[in-house]
Amino acid sequence: MAKVLVFLDNPGAGLKKSSLELLTLARTLGESVVAVNGDVSDGVAADFAEYGVSMVLRPSARDLDDFLVAPKAAFVAAAAESAGAGIVLLDNSPEGKEIAARVGIRLNAGVITDAVGVDADGTAHKSVLAGSYNTSCKAKTAVSVVTLKANNVNPEPAVAPSAPGTSTVEVPASATAAAARITAREQKVASGRPDLTDARIVVAGGRGLDGDFGPVEELADALGAAVGASRAATDAGWISHDAQVGQTGKTVSPQLYISAGISGAIQQKAGMQTAKVIVAVNKDAESPVFEIADFGIIGDVFDVLPQATAEIRKRKG
Amino acid sequence: MPGIPRPRPHPAGCPQAWKAAVNTVEDTLKIVVLVKHVPDAQFDRHLNGEGNTVDRGESILSELDEYALEAALQLAEARGGSKAGNQVIALSMGPAGAVNAIKKTLQMGATEGVHLTDDALAGSDAAATSLALAAAVRHLGQVDLVITGMASTDGETSLVPAQLAERLGLPQVTFASSLEVSGGKLTARRDADTSSETVEAPLPAVVSVTDQINEPRYPNFKGIIAAKRKSITTLSLADIGVDPAQVGHAGSWTSVLSAEERPPRTAGTIITDEGDAGIKLVDFLAAQKLL
Repeated sequence: MAKVLVFLDNPGAGLKKSSLELLTLARTLGESVVAVNGDVSDGVAADFAEYGVSMVLRPSARDLDDFLVAPKAAFVAAAAESAGAGIVLLDNSPEGKEIAARVGIRLNAGVITDAVGVDADGTAHKSVLAGSYNTSCKAKTAVSVVTLKANNVNPEPAVAPSAPGTSTVEVPASATAAAARITAREQKVASGRPDLTDARIVVAGGRGLDGDFGPVEELADALGAAVGASRAATDAGWISHDAQVGQTGKTVSPQLYISAGISGAIQQKAGMQTAKVIVAVNKDAESPVFEIADFGIIGDVFDVLPQATAEIRKRKG
Repeated sequence: MPGIPRPRPHPAGCPQAWKAAVNTVEDTLKIVVLVKHVPDAQFDRHLNGEGNTVDRGESILSELDEYALEAALQLAEARGGSKAGNQVIALSMGPAGAVNAIKKTLQMGATEGVHLTDDALAGSDAAATSLALAAAVRHLGQVDLVITGMASTDGETSLVPAQLAERLGLPQVTFASSLEVSGGKLTARRDADTSSETVEAPLPAVVSVTDQINEPRYPNFKGIIAAKRKSITTLSLADIGVDPAQVGHAGSWTSVLSAEERPPRTAGTIITDEGDAGIKLVDFLAAQKLL
């Protein structure tokens, strides 16, 4: 049976949903082997067993976090070789894609990013040009490297749990020599909200918020959603640049995208038009966002959003 | 980069002192900036039938590459610019239209352009592109820095800079929101979602910069006139020693099997707020089982 290698970076206390999605997909493609950087907690070990992982590979070096991606890529490539993997799966974060890029060169393997699904024969499906085309593509090489977008696979435990063994993979000493070193790291204050790129629901605000993201944040919290923003709002400094959705920011494809006070120019559409359901609130009836919204409200965000927030709180009790 | 004085003109009859002064300030830099001409995202963009490649009808310099060029220009200017021997070379791979992107960089202030073009390159994926670019960078001799944008605005895969670094065996710093060079090493800041990092790497290195790093300049009249005198070197695969079979559709490690235009999203229900639109919004979410 084909081996599929899944790379997980510092999984913490338990696997996050996007990691469970990778393990679920891996099982449909073959025997799943996991390469983990960082500690494997009891919670993570239990997740591995529940999701049918056959083997856990860990790096010989413990200082991979002190460097930018190059040594992690060296580890993943070495793990793929030692497992004899035909497919390497990673998450679709910027770092996941960068590791994938380097693993591709190390293994002479074709790399496909932004996949929403992978067939048993390795054909990957993705959308390109800001969601205006759906393509299917395939690596022509013996090994293929694929990064999977979140929210496209339903996490499902294996029918029978596994008892995965653990083995250590030698990270080549040369891997850290030509790598950028991280000399300082400042943690940002955690918002407590879900990660924007993985979130099931995103509430995003734009120019129409006029500097006050309060109504957007309150609606997001009532829905358990992540907060996004248009470039106009981040450029104005109303909210952190990390929140930007669009061509020069993040691409999201949540189940629900609520767009508030955003006109929906092409730059913004590029980042969100693959969302399953789009709701738009804008004062201007001519806003382009209404052309793609499943449910549009021509109205003032400062009236509509607080009313919706109060109603959700009431219904959820 | 504030704080680094420009070299002063040497006192008459004392060239020795002048030379020493330059060396204590900072060594000169040779910087390659990778630029790409991409379809203008303001218009509808299409894939063409043969080979599923992007139609480059209305192409412009990728907006994100302007930040890379500006970062290079600032590093060069802080060291006395081209007069002091600093070089900012704009390298672009692509068909004839790529020259337009290079011309724009020369107008902004790049010292010279290099256009890697060859019919055999058509349809190259990231692996093949990075192979050709790595050979082109090697062809340019000793380079201190290769600077790129954070992504292209068409392919959107962000693979090429990382693959270029891997092929050249150089350290790479991605998503730099600030960049300083001194004493043969670079220091950069990276802002991720959960943390900010300070990163160091020895030169030569590959760096990709975000759109937060600077405010790219517009070409001024003087720059546009000066650009006319700057050279654009054209390189073929033979010039850089790359076998055509390693690039293009044939040399790529991935292939696009099919491409379908997605049916455009159609507008759904649009209502005008009559005082209860917030409630109706929640009704809609409940009906869609999204609550």
